[in-house]
Amino acid sequence: MTTTVPTKAAVRPSSPGTASGPRRRPGRIRRIGLPYLLLLPALLLELLVHLVPMAVGMVMSFKELTQFYIRDWTTAPWNGLDNYTISVDFDAPVGEALLHSFLVTVAFTLLSVALCWGIGTAAAIFMQDTFRGRGLLRALFLVPYALPVYTAVITWVFMFQHDNGLVNHVLHDQLGITDKPTFWLIGDNSFFALLTVSVWKGWPFAFLIVMAGLQNIPKELYEAASLDGAGLWQQIRRITLPSLRPVNQVLVLVLFLWTFNDFNTPYVLFGKTAPEAADLISVHIYQASFVTWNFGTGSAMSVLLLLFLLVVTGVYLVITSRGRRTADV
Amino acid sequence: MRTTRAAAVAAVTMSLALAATACGGGSSTDGGGSNDSPKTLTYWASNQGASIEVDKKVLQPELDKFEKETGIEVKLEVVPWSDLLNRILTATTSGQGPDVLNIGNTWSASLQATGALLPWDKAQFDKIGGKDRFVDSALGSTGAEGKDPAAVPLYSMAYALYYNKKAFADAGIAKPPATWDQLVADGKKLTGDGKWALGVEGSNPSENIHHAVVFAKQHGADFFTADGKPDFTSDKAVAGVKRFVDLMAKDKIVAPGNAEYAQNQSVSDFAKGKTAMLLWQSASANLKSQGMSEDDYGIAPVPVQSGAPGTGTGVNSMVMGINMAVFKNTDNIDGATKFVKFMTSDAEQKILNEAYSSIPPVKGAQADAAFNTPANAVLKDTLAKSAVAAPQVADESQFETAVGTAIKGLFADAAAGRKVTEDSVKAALEKAQQQMPAK
Repeated sequence: MTTTVPTKAAVRPSSPGTASGPRRRPGRIRRIGLPYLLLLPALLLELLVHLVPMAVGMVMSFKELTQFYIRDWTTAPWNGLDNYTISVDFDAPVGEALLHSFLVTVAFTLLSVALCWGIGTAAAIFMQDTFRGRGLLRALFLVPYALPVYTAVITWVFMFQHDNGLVNHVLHDQLGITDKPTFWLIGDNSFFALLTVSVWKGWPFAFLIVMAGLQNIPKELYEAASLDGAGLWQQIRRITLPSLRPVNQVLVLVLFLWTFNDFNTPYVLFGKTAPEAADLISVHIYQASFVTWNFGTGSAMSVLLLLFLLVVTGVYLVITSRGRRTADV
Repeated sequence: MRTTRAAAVAAVTMSLALAATACGGGSSTDGGGSNDSPKTLTYWASNQGASIEVDKKVLQPELDKFEKETGIEVKLEVVPWSDLLNRILTATTSGQGPDVLNIGNTWSASLQATGALLPWDKAQFDKIGGKDRFVDSALGSTGAEGKDPAAVPLYSMAYALYYNKKAFADAGIAKPPATWDQLVADGKKLTGDGKWALGVEGSNPSENIHHAVVFAKQHGADFFTADGKPDFTSDKAVAGVKRFVDLMAKDKIVAPGNAEYAQNQSVSDFAKGKTAMLLWQSASANLKSQGMSEDDYGIAPVPVQSGAPGTGTGVNSMVMGINMAVFKNTDNIDGATKFVKFMTSDAEQKILNEAYSSIPPVKGAQADAAFNTPANAVLKDTLAKSAVAAPQVADESQFETAVGTAIKGLFADAAAGRKVTEDSVKAALEKAQQQMPAK
């Protein structure tokens, strides 16, 4: 791509009899301006869809915005940093609940991302070899990813029901693993119900990405390793995983951001008020804003979450790019 | 070049930000709407029937009738309960709402505080025949005391005890219980062999709150002080909430599985004969749609602590129901007023309330023979003598969520076999109170 422009530029002045002086300028402006012109719609949409609402949200976070002002939020009184201090005062109920929700979300995200990545990678490596029925199996693996979230999660709600759910029927009635039917949608076990659905929904994406990454690893490497006597595990450790590193860096980051911000799964699974054990931060902020109508506090919590995710993403990118630079050297 | 580009980007950003601010700011006009679009109205109806399709079948012929009479076309949208409050809030913020809408009557004071709904002063009420046409108990749930109502009553409902006649006969119980002690004693006879005495919706905060208000009242407590401050942790309020949760935790006449019910599963359980009793509001149409004959069940007043239902500690229901409101910035205020007049006319009230098995809040229609069946007599009597309005405070919506969720947690404890004590109830209510906006 980068070589085309200088080549054309080099050819043009040499053409005989061309009044290159006056015509070069508009051509150059067009060449320089064109990419920006093409970017303009995306830029405008980005502004409209992300940046402006984000700025509005930040303004709201400094206001005392309740139902009394929701009709015309610009008239809501400023309350400085009050919404922030309330949110981070971990000894008071609002801050304590936010901290609890944050910790639940961190634990949930780490476990979910690890499991999604692990299962996805294992499945992709397993599917590398050609065997009868591989296409069908590969398509089946992608079903959870292809299903609409609401449909999939509502099916899980039915399966997790205490009295008539399939999960209790299998665990209790058929296998006898549990003493009595377990509650999955309320109480402490709701965390594991949420984790199960999240992993079920998320691992096919990891599988898809890792599978694409595997296509780029030259087969010769494996053949050479095999000749040198390397077993399957050694091949995975020495060839597959290092080769997948750039893919995994993006994959883990994307999985982390999606899981940390996941709203649909807990909302469909538990409704507007999640059990304490599964009180993910996205639903918690929604509840603060739209259920208890403290829109100012909800906005402040959103800004804090955004800052946290920016810091985590930034640190992650710095660490991973440093690793890459070191590897390049 | 760089400066020019930066300036252009800044200009675009500023103009978009200003445009968004203008949009998000909503309408700041405080007048009573206009008549810019006199031939059309949009109407958000709450989902009252067994499904949205059922509602459309009930309402559309009436809207056609209204169009024939007035030449005003009403565009109907039936909104599910789970979405209604959020839709109203969104419309309030954007200023782009319907002209006329239904609201749950317990939300009246909360939505009134947003300033988005048209106040119904004397002049406005006179246009629909006057305030005197409506039953007092229904008018008590139309907005905060001392302010002009934010809405007009449309359908009235009250809680009653629905009981399965065959299950009672099989257990040798002659009549429905009148006190909670009797209900528990009967309940123990009715529980067993995979069947349970009573159904609740343990994971539905709104349903929990309706019962909590009544149980607290029966113990002599209110959840708000006279000047509107939250008072959730008084001993009497704690005792009231504990009495409710104990039906599962201590008395064990409610199936633990009910702790996760939030989608009216308890009504289905009753219709299928899995539970013998149900505390519900105007359930007849719902039970019929699930195949239960009206001869199979009886309707009695919700039990009280002692004595007969009445005022004070004899309260046995909240005044439930639906109100009709007009968005303040409507483009057809005259048409909207005419539509409210039409929907609250005696003739329409009879048709609509019969279809939804509710009670008309309009005196003229309530007197009709259709609402004098034994079942309706219980509901009418409850509304007239022993029902209390939801707390008419601006924070009612937050209260529903905070206390309703606290009770959801207590039911989850009871279902898991954890003890529900006065201390645990008090702690849950204290946490709920701390979540309320500071005054």
